[in-house]
Amino acid sequence: MKRFLGFVVKEFYHIFRDYRTLLILFGMPAVQLLLFGYVITNEIKDARIAILDQSKDEVTRKISEKVLSSGYFLLDKNLNSSKEIEQVFRNGNVKLVLIFGADFSKNLDKTGKAKVQIIGDASDPNTANMLVNYIQGILSNYLISLNAEKAPMQITPEVRMMYNGQMKGVYMFVPGLMAMLLMLISALMTSLSITREKELGTMELLLVSPLKPIQIIIGKVFPYVFLAFLDACIIIILGNTVFGVPVVGSVALLLLESLLFICMALSLGILISTTTSSQQIAMMLSLVALMLPTILLSGFIFPVENMPLILQWLCYFMPPKYFITIIKSIMLQGNGFRYIVFETGILVGFTLLFILLSVKKFKVRLS
Amino acid sequence: MFSILVDHIEKHFTRVKALNDISFTVDKGELFGFIGPDGAGKTTLFRILTTLLIPDHGKALVNGLDVVKDFRKIRQDIGYMPGKFSLYSDLTVEENLNFYATVFGTTVAENYDLIRDIYSQIEPFKKRMAGKLSGGMKQKLALSCALIHKPSVLILDEPTTGVDAVSRLEFWEMLKRLKNSGISIVVATPYMDEASLCDRVALIQNGKIMAISPPSEVIKTYPRQLFSIKSDDIFSLLNDLRQIPQMHTVFAFGQSAHISFKQEPLTENFLYEYLCKKGHSNIKISHIQATIEDCFMDLMIKPQ
Amino acid sequence: MYSPEAENIIVVKDLVKKFGSFVANDRLSFEVKKGEIFGFLGANGAGKTTAIKILCGLSYPNSGELTVGGFDIYKEREKIKKNIGYMSQRFSLYDDLTVFENIRFYAGIYGLRRRVIEERASALMEKLAMKESRNMLIRDIPLGWKQKLAFSVAIIHHPKIVFLDEPTGGVDPITRRQFWDMIFEASRNGITVFVTTHYMDEAEYCDRVSIMVDGKISALNTPENLKKQYDAESMNDVFLKLARTKVN
Repeated sequence: MKRFLGFVVKEFYHIFRDYRTLLILFGMPAVQLLLFGYVITNEIKDARIAILDQSKDEVTRKISEKVLSSGYFLLDKNLNSSKEIEQVFRNGNVKLVLIFGADFSKNLDKTGKAKVQIIGDASDPNTANMLVNYIQGILSNYLISLNAEKAPMQITPEVRMMYNGQMKGVYMFVPGLMAMLLMLISALMTSLSITREKELGTMELLLVSPLKPIQIIIGKVFPYVFLAFLDACIIIILGNTVFGVPVVGSVALLLLESLLFICMALSLGILISTTTSSQQIAMMLSLVALMLPTILLSGFIFPVENMPLILQWLCYFMPPKYFITIIKSIMLQGNGFRYIVFETGILVGFTLLFILLSVKKFKVRLS
Repeated sequence: MFSILVDHIEKHFTRVKALNDISFTVDKGELFGFIGPDGAGKTTLFRILTTLLIPDHGKALVNGLDVVKDFRKIRQDIGYMPGKFSLYSDLTVEENLNFYATVFGTTVAENYDLIRDIYSQIEPFKKRMAGKLSGGMKQKLALSCALIHKPSVLILDEPTTGVDAVSRLEFWEMLKRLKNSGISIVVATPYMDEASLCDRVALIQNGKIMAISPPSEVIKTYPRQLFSIKSDDIFSLLNDLRQIPQMHTVFAFGQSAHISFKQEPLTENFLYEYLCKKGHSNIKISHIQATIEDCFMDLMIKPQ
Repeated sequence: MYSPEAENIIVVKDLVKKFGSFVANDRLSFEVKKGEIFGFLGANGAGKTTAIKILCGLSYPNSGELTVGGFDIYKEREKIKKNIGYMSQRFSLYDDLTVFENIRFYAGIYGLRRRVIEERASALMEKLAMKESRNMLIRDIPLGWKQKLAFSVAIIHHPKIVFLDEPTGGVDPITRRQFWDMIFEASRNGITVFVTTHYMDEAEYCDRVSIMVDGKISALNTPENLKKQYDAESMNDVFLKLARTKVN
C-alpha cells in the first residue's frame, strides 16, 4: 500500500509540474465546451433573404411580413427583376430568394392556386434545407389561417418536442462533448504518461524493481481517474450554468456512469501504451484512432440511422455511442438505472476486455 | 557460490548477433569490469543479468537464481543503473530517492548508512530538480537510487560515460568503498584507463569476450615488444612510422606513438636514425610495458 | 599546426553568458590561430557547450566581442554559418537515409553544386573505404563508420573551422585513433579544429588546450607547457589538479 501511495504521489508531481498537462486536463474541456456551445450551432437566426415580388398585392405583402417577422429571416433587398437573382447570390449575403409570381392573389382567389418560388443557396446544403423548411412552414401556417375563415374541416397538427422543447443544439453537444473529452483525456493522458517512462528509460528501472506490472499500471492510472472525474463534473456544471442543460435524472447515477466510462477509456489508454513505446505514436493513436470515431461514429453529430449499413455496424463497437445514450437518458429524460442496464453492461464489457488485453500484452521484460 | 555465473550465453536480434557465446563468473565482493566500445554487447548482457531480456541460448544465474525462472526474486536483490540517465528530471533529488525507496518497500532513513558517503555530496542540492544537476551529480544520484534497497549485486551500465575526469575518479573511489562493504559490482565502461581500477576485467568487442583476467595479467599477455616514440610532430611521426615495412601496428598515445613489429623488433638506434633522416627533431624512444588499451587493440585486430 | 604568428581565426573577448542568475561563461577571452587543433576542455557543466553554441551562431552572448572566421558574431551570423562545420556526439546522420543520400543532403545544405557533390562524395567514400556501402542505410553501418562519416560530412563544404563536440564518445580505441588521423589531416589542409573531449589522451593530440572551470578559463597553453607548469605526468593529472582545486 505504501508503495502504491508513493507511486501516486510521484505521478501527481509529474502532472502538477507540467503546465501543458494541466492545460490539457482543465483548459481543454472548458474551451471545447464553450466553443461547441457558442460557435457550432444548428439553429438559424436572422438569415438574410431577398424577395422578388412580381405581384405586389395584399396577400404577398402579408406573407412577406409573416416571413420577416418570424425571427429567422432578415430582408436584405427587394428585387425588381429576375435578372438580379443570380447577382445577389453571387454577392454572398443572401441565403435564399423568395419569388411571388405575377397576379398572385388574383390566381389564388380564382383558381385556389398560386405559385411561389423558393430559391436556396445550396452551397451550404444543410442551412439551405433548413431555411426552405422554415419558409414552407410559414407558408402552410398562413394557408391554414386562410382556410380557417372559409372551410369548416381542418386538421391542425400540434407538435411538441419532448426532452428538448426548444430543440436546442447544446442539449445534444454536452453529452457528446463529455464523451469525447473524457475519452480523449483519459486515453491520451495515460498512454502518454506510460510511454514517456519508456522513452526516458525509467520504465527499465521500474521493471527491475519488485513492483508487479499491475501495480505499475494502477499507480500510473489512478491519478487520471481522479482528474478525469473532476473534468466530468466541470463539464456538467458548465453545461448547466452556462447553457442551461438540465440534469433531470439522478446526479449520482450520472457520476457513477461517468466513472465507468473513464475507467473504460483509461484501460484503452493502457492498451495503447502497451503496444507502442514512443509518445508520438501513442499520441497519434489516441487522437486519430479515438477522437475521429468518437465524433463521427457515436451519433454525436451525425445520426447513426442515416449511415450505410457497414458503418452502422462499426458504430456498435464505439463505446462512446453507449455512453452518449446513457448520459442523454439520465440528463434529459431523467431515466433511472433500469433503462440503461444494457448500455452499462456493454461499457463494463469493454473495460474488462481492454484490461484483459493490456495485462496480457504488458511485458515484464524489455522485448 | 558465485554472485554471477554466466554460461555460454547467446542473444540475437533481427539484424545482429549481439552476444556470442559469453561465459564468465563474478565472485562475491568482486569489482568486475566490462571494457569495450559502444555496440560491443555490454548493454544486452546487462539487460539479461537484470532479467529484462531472455537469452536465446545458455544460462545465467544471479546469486544462484536463474534470470529467466526466478526473475522476481532477482529483482529484489540487484541494484541497476541503466546506461541512459533514467531518473525523473521533473522530480527533485530528494523526491527521486524517496520514490525509489518506496518502490522497493524501504525508506531512505533505513539504509542511509549505505549511501551516506555518496548522497551527502549531493544532499546540499536535494531540493533541486534532477534534470538540472551536472553530469557528475546525476551519476551520484543514480547510484544512490540504485543502492537504496541494499542490493547484494550492483550492475552499472556505463556509469561514467560523458562524465568528466574528476567526477569519474570520484565515482570509482565510491565503487571501491562499496566493494569493500561486500557488494559485488559489475560495471561496463568504454574508458580503457578505468580497467586498472577493477579486480578483473573482460575485454569485449562485437559480442565476444576477447580476454578475462585481472588487469595486471592482461597486460602481461601482450605478445610483442612495444616502443613509445616521441618527436616534435606527431602527425608526420605516425605517417613515417607506418612506412616501416616491419611494423605491425602504429597507434597514437597522447603525444607519443606506440609501435610494435611483426617479428623481431628493430633496434632503438635504427629507429632513431630512420626518424632523423625523415627530419624529426627531439626524438625520444623507449621500450615500454603495454597498457590495457594496447592489449585491447591487439586483440581487436587479431584474426578471430 | 599552431604558430603564434598565424592569424587569429577565432577571437573571443570578455564573453559573458548568463542564464538567469547563473553565469555560464564568465568573461571568457581567448584566441584560436588559423590551422591549429584547439582542445576545449572542462568538467561537466563548466560552460563548454554554451560557449560552442555561441561560437557557432546558435545563441547570442549577453556581452563580449567575438569574431569567428573574421566575421562578427552579432552582425554576420549567416556568413559564419557558411564557413564552419559542426559535429557532436548527438549530431548524427539520418538513420533512414543511405550513406550517399546523407552526404548529398548535407552538401546540398551548403549550396554545393551537383557535380561537386558527386566528386566529393566519391572521393570521401573512397577514402573511408566505404564505396560498397554507398547505398546502405546509416542504421546498418557500424558506429565507428558513422562517426567517421559524420566528421567527413561536417567538413564536406571545406569550412574554415570545424567544431567537434565530444566526437569520439563510446568509440572503440582503433576507430578513435583513425578519427584523430582524420582530424590531423583536416588540420594539415588548413581547417582549424575546435574540439572538446573527455578522453585526456586526446587532449595531448591538440596543439593547444584550454581548460574551463566554473565558467572561466583557468589554463590555456600547449599540452607540453601545461604539464611542465603543473608538474604533471599527463594531461589527465593537469586536469585533475585544476578541476580539483576549484571544486574543493
